[in-house]
Amino acid sequence: MTSLTTVSRRDALCLTAAALALAPGLARADAAAVEAELRKLYGDRKPGSGKIRIDVPQIAENGLVVPISVEVESPMTEKDHVKTVHVFADGNPLPGIASFRFTPACGKAAASARMRLAQTQNIVAIAEMADGSLFSTMSEVKVTIGGCGG
Amino acid sequence: MVSRRELMQAGLAASALLAGSGLSAGRAFAQQKLTQGDILRFEPLGNVTLLHVADIHAQLVPTWFREPSINLGVGEAKGRVPHITGKDFLDLYQIPAGSPMAYALTAEDFASLAKNYGRMGGLDRLATIIKAIRAERGENRCLLLDCGDTWTNSWTSLQTKAQDIVECMNLLKPDAMTAHWEFTLGAERVEEITRSLPYPLLAQNIRDTEFEDKVFEPRRMFERGGVRIAVIGQAYPYTAIANPRRMFPKWAFGLREDELQKQVEEARGEGADLVVLLSHNGFDIDHKVAGRVRGIDVILTSHTHDALPEPVRVGQTLLIATGACGKFISRLDLDVRAKRVQGFRHRLIPIFSDAIEPDAEMAALIARHRAPYEKDLKRILGRTEGLLYRRGNFQGSLDDVFTDAMLEVRDAEISLSPGMRWGGSLLPGQDITFEDITNASAMTYPQCYRTTMKGAMLKAILEDIGDNIFNPDPYYQGGGDMVRVGGMGFSVNPFGTVGNRISNMTFLKTGAPIDANRDYVVAGWASINEGTQGPPIWEVVGQYLTARKTITPRNESAVKVVGL
Amino acid sequence: MSNKPVPRVRVPANAKKDELIEIKTLISHEMESGQRKDSAGATIPRKIINTFTANFNGKTVFEATWHPAISANPYQSFFYKAAESGEFTFQWKDDDGSVYESKAKLTVA
Repeated sequence: MTSLTTVSRRDALCLTAAALALAPGLARADAAAVEAELRKLYGDRKPGSGKIRIDVPQIAENGLVVPISVEVESPMTEKDHVKTVHVFADGNPLPGIASFRFTPACGKAAASARMRLAQTQNIVAIAEMADGSLFSTMSEVKVTIGGCGG
Repeated sequence: MVSRRELMQAGLAASALLAGSGLSAGRAFAQQKLTQGDILRFEPLGNVTLLHVADIHAQLVPTWFREPSINLGVGEAKGRVPHITGKDFLDLYQIPAGSPMAYALTAEDFASLAKNYGRMGGLDRLATIIKAIRAERGENRCLLLDCGDTWTNSWTSLQTKAQDIVECMNLLKPDAMTAHWEFTLGAERVEEITRSLPYPLLAQNIRDTEFEDKVFEPRRMFERGGVRIAVIGQAYPYTAIANPRRMFPKWAFGLREDELQKQVEEARGEGADLVVLLSHNGFDIDHKVAGRVRGIDVILTSHTHDALPEPVRVGQTLLIATGACGKFISRLDLDVRAKRVQGFRHRLIPIFSDAIEPDAEMAALIARHRAPYEKDLKRILGRTEGLLYRRGNFQGSLDDVFTDAMLEVRDAEISLSPGMRWGGSLLPGQDITFEDITNASAMTYPQCYRTTMKGAMLKAILEDIGDNIFNPDPYYQGGGDMVRVGGMGFSVNPFGTVGNRISNMTFLKTGAPIDANRDYVVAGWASINEGTQGPPIWEVVGQYLTARKTITPRNESAVKVVGL
Repeated sequence: MSNKPVPRVRVPANAKKDELIEIKTLISHEMESGQRKDSAGATIPRKIINTFTANFNGKTVFEATWHPAISANPYQSFFYKAAESGEFTFQWKDDDGSVYESKAKLTVA
């Protein structure tokens, strides 16, 4: 409905139409684009589920600033720690959001950042452990017009 | 759906409410009015009493407030309380038709019962009830908790920036509150009020937008009757979406379920015997929270304005729903021993204004705050021949007045009015006063704009708001009821998916389908956009009523609900 | 960018040995995504901070790669298990080659 480039979708509403006219029909990444990124990184290796959690709002307050936190269960020792977490989104112009590289010195494999989301979409995170095993999870963030309630 | 049987199995002393008040005595007593003694009757239990008020919406004086005749549940909430209305509701709780509680809790026969039983609410009556319970139970056993939506949405609160309602609430001596519409006073004013508030505004789920620090105290520990009670505050998680974010630009909200779990665990770690969530999530979100967050004993719910005569139990958690606009207060007596709720007794206490002696001190304070505005409040704008009300999933007859007024006064083809759950009712034959209209519209962003929108845009709006109400996952629901529309009809399938709920959009002036590519002149109000231009909505409605003089509510609705 | 990016970091001054501390960082930066168009319709070129690095006593503790979907004025938090006293060096690398730096001391008792 709108893009990273203009006002967020909810800003357009309740209600002036003018902002929407600005929204160009930008190309979107999709689930396939996210899969292609994962294949580039990890080939056909299949991630397990569990161990990794992402915390994102169910409904974004502002598509331009959406908080994301990731946390992976791990003792974070030299032998057994989380190396990397990659975060992707399947509804932005480009699928990449961020990659976090942890070390045992972190003590805890958790990080937070803020991202732009152009529309309602899924956030995918994949963790690679020191032994090469992979774990992934997904969560949907709704980007809404909002503004008519209470 | 929670059956009657399940409610009983959950150990609910359902009959306590009815037997205690004489309400179950059957139809012979159906029309019998209650006395203050009936209203207060309660066999105390255990060591702690929680008193719960919610969604007062700054209503200092008694009002008419018709409960919804339609309140659909979706997903797991389908057919489950509070999504049961009318006769089904009366049957479920064995409330005799025509009785005081039937009048208080449903839309059945509302207009005629209202004439018999009178207005409900009024902080002076509420003060009487609270004082009586504290006196009977002992102040050191009682905890009074306010779920918020307290400081806004009356004319006097708008004019005084909530000073009137804040001073009156202080007289009630609550122990804690949380908030939602309060934030539309703007962050600065909220901070100014809370600095001098004699009790905390609790909110575990508000962070500053820089370093994610908590803006408000997340929880507080109280000791009552020898019980350590942790009260965790949960402000409305979607405040920054449903209301103008610019009014509190440095605050971010959200459900923050993980953090809530941590709060519960920390509270237990500090020795809490009882954990209470003071929540503005709304009932369906709280129902889900109760099933996912471990260790909460009681959730005091709000936002969705539901009034339930019995608690709903989810696992070990009790959910209490106390209605809106001062109509009720809930009393929950708990027997807490060995860090567990061993027993409870509950009553949804109706505030029948004719039956309860007003508290003199509160009555005087209310009168003092209203005096400067009394002339405005009493100003008669018109008269209604039929019942006017708002509350319900879809357009009420009072909403028709708003959407018709915008079409006429703003010379628009289509009008949009937000589906707020507050706003009282008017009885047939009643004069419509400025107070009646502002009770349904007083807010800090009231401008009635006039713009053009393509048909496709109108569809997108209806779909988006439809998904906020009818998403089967309550964590994805936000806002109020469905947007009200003038000049356009449509069908809505609550059980559809986003983008597929709305159909048959019709331009009523011509009967033609709404054209996705045509520009329509649209009027609306309560825009969350910065810089919205236009007269305040109460002026638009006032002008319309003054010209029209008499309102005759329509019987037919332009909204068709399909897929049921 | 008209203004030089200004980093701000939140690091506790003291920690107990083996205590988990949360480090919070912010830097003012537009994070121009390369997706926007100017009023003439021309694409505004991408200019973002693409890498954030946190070193402690010269050793990398945590690193992040940021894509254009990271919000303006990027925020990054992460954890550090307090092992020894020393100094954090935080670095933000811009697409244009600039590196912005901030330091913070930590005393471990």
